[in-house]
Amino acid sequence: MPTRLCLNGVSKNFVMHLQGGAVLPVVAEVELAVAAGECVVLGGRSGIGKSSVLKMIYGNYRCEEGQILITDGDRIVNVATASPREILALRKETIGYVSQFLRAIPRVSARDIVAEPLIERGVERDDAVSRAEDMLARLNVPEKLWGLPPATFSGGEQQRVNIARGFIADFPILLLDEPTASLDAANRAVVVDLVKEKKASGAALLGILHDADVRERIADRVIDMEAFAAEKAA
Amino acid sequence: MNLPVFDDGAPLLRASGVTRYYGTRIGCTDVSFELWPGEVLAVVGESGSGKTTLLNCLSTRLVPTSGVVEYRMRDGAMRDLFQLNEAERRLLMRTDWGFVHQNPADGLRMTVSAGANVGERLMAVGARNYGAIRGEAESWLDKVEIDTGRIDDDPRGFSGGMRQRLQIARNLVTGPRLIFMDEPTGGLDVSVQARLLDLLRQLVGEFGLSAVVVTHDLAVARLLSHRMIVMRGGNVIETGLTDQVLDDPRAPYTQLLVSSILQV
Repeated sequence: MPTRLCLNGVSKNFVMHLQGGAVLPVVAEVELAVAAGECVVLGGRSGIGKSSVLKMIYGNYRCEEGQILITDGDRIVNVATASPREILALRKETIGYVSQFLRAIPRVSARDIVAEPLIERGVERDDAVSRAEDMLARLNVPEKLWGLPPATFSGGEQQRVNIARGFIADFPILLLDEPTASLDAANRAVVVDLVKEKKASGAALLGILHDADVRERIADRVIDMEAFAAEKAA
Repeated sequence: MNLPVFDDGAPLLRASGVTRYYGTRIGCTDVSFELWPGEVLAVVGESGSGKTTLLNCLSTRLVPTSGVVEYRMRDGAMRDLFQLNEAERRLLMRTDWGFVHQNPADGLRMTVSAGANVGERLMAVGARNYGAIRGEAESWLDKVEIDTGRIDDDPRGFSGGMRQRLQIARNLVTGPRLIFMDEPTGGLDVSVQARLLDLLRQLVGEFGLSAVVVTHDLAVARLLSHRMIVMRGGNVIETGLTDQVLDDPRAPYTQLLVSSILQV
């Protein structure tokens, strides 16, 4: 299968100017590639830089060193040097991101939050909303909550709204940042099915999954991030 | 939360080296950027950072000491705004642009009715049929969530939030392509702010508007904008995608700003 995502020599430091310019190394010389139809999981202890790698791929963190190559249709984009507009276009069409936490917007309902990625991609509103409702139902979000803004939902409910939003559109590349943390077994099984469907449709998935059971069921490969630790463990 | 991005191939507004001095004092120096159709750019910084000076230079309310501001006219041609004649410039400000002031009283006529405030901009672009103007004004009051029963009341009797929503309706009624906003939520209660922000976000998305929003509130910038310019003492300190600047700030000053946000 063709490669959709490829990282070459990616390194990242944070420079904390408020702490006298202290340099906080995050990762060094990351090399990895993910093919279409594949789910790759980043492994390693907490604090090793797994989330930072996902955030750099999404353009949320800057990448000062190395290349982050994304196959976008018939061209290849380097996120590390892409303009803000190119990154926004990638986020609209190519890269989806499912994070642990939902950034709720006042007054926007769960249904609309989930439907939004489809509407942005030009799907008719009624169609987008009905698909959003199917997705919320599938993730066992109670119907009485669909019309409410999720700010007051429980952590698990918010997370499921976020998962519904992340999986609803057909992004060729999907980044998963602990999508199953704090979900019960039934909902974890739904996420496993969603991931399997994405793989079958040819999406490239890169994720962080601490849940060993879920990891076993969806990961094709696990990459040990220890190899790219900025400061090697003693 | 992602905002929709529209794109039709060329920038709408281009600032190149925009500099403004007040005598020997710096207003803003050497600001350059491109704004694309459907994009919202936030200019953030503390009071005195030069963000309002920049906004005024971009919107031709102030003449830059040096630098060029170009705008893509409806016929597709990029024009230097300060080379336009007065008639062309006024037409642009009345039809293709909107300007939302921090204080609604600066952008509204306080002694005429809400309906007339909205209808006036339509008449300025040639609308003459009373029924059609009133109908349009009504539909815009409804869009900005003002009870249409208040159409004949003047805005002196409106709350701050309602006045601000009326100002937005007045600006959007002519179908502008670019909106300048100066602290649009400044001075409003938080709950009123949330309503206004959601409304702005919705309208910007629905009409594919471009906007330059000046704010000192990083949460407003996060919610409304795609890209951000951080200013201090008239200088551009940092630019980039909004979430990138807020989550991975690089400049010492931006790190200070971001770390100063109160968590709730």
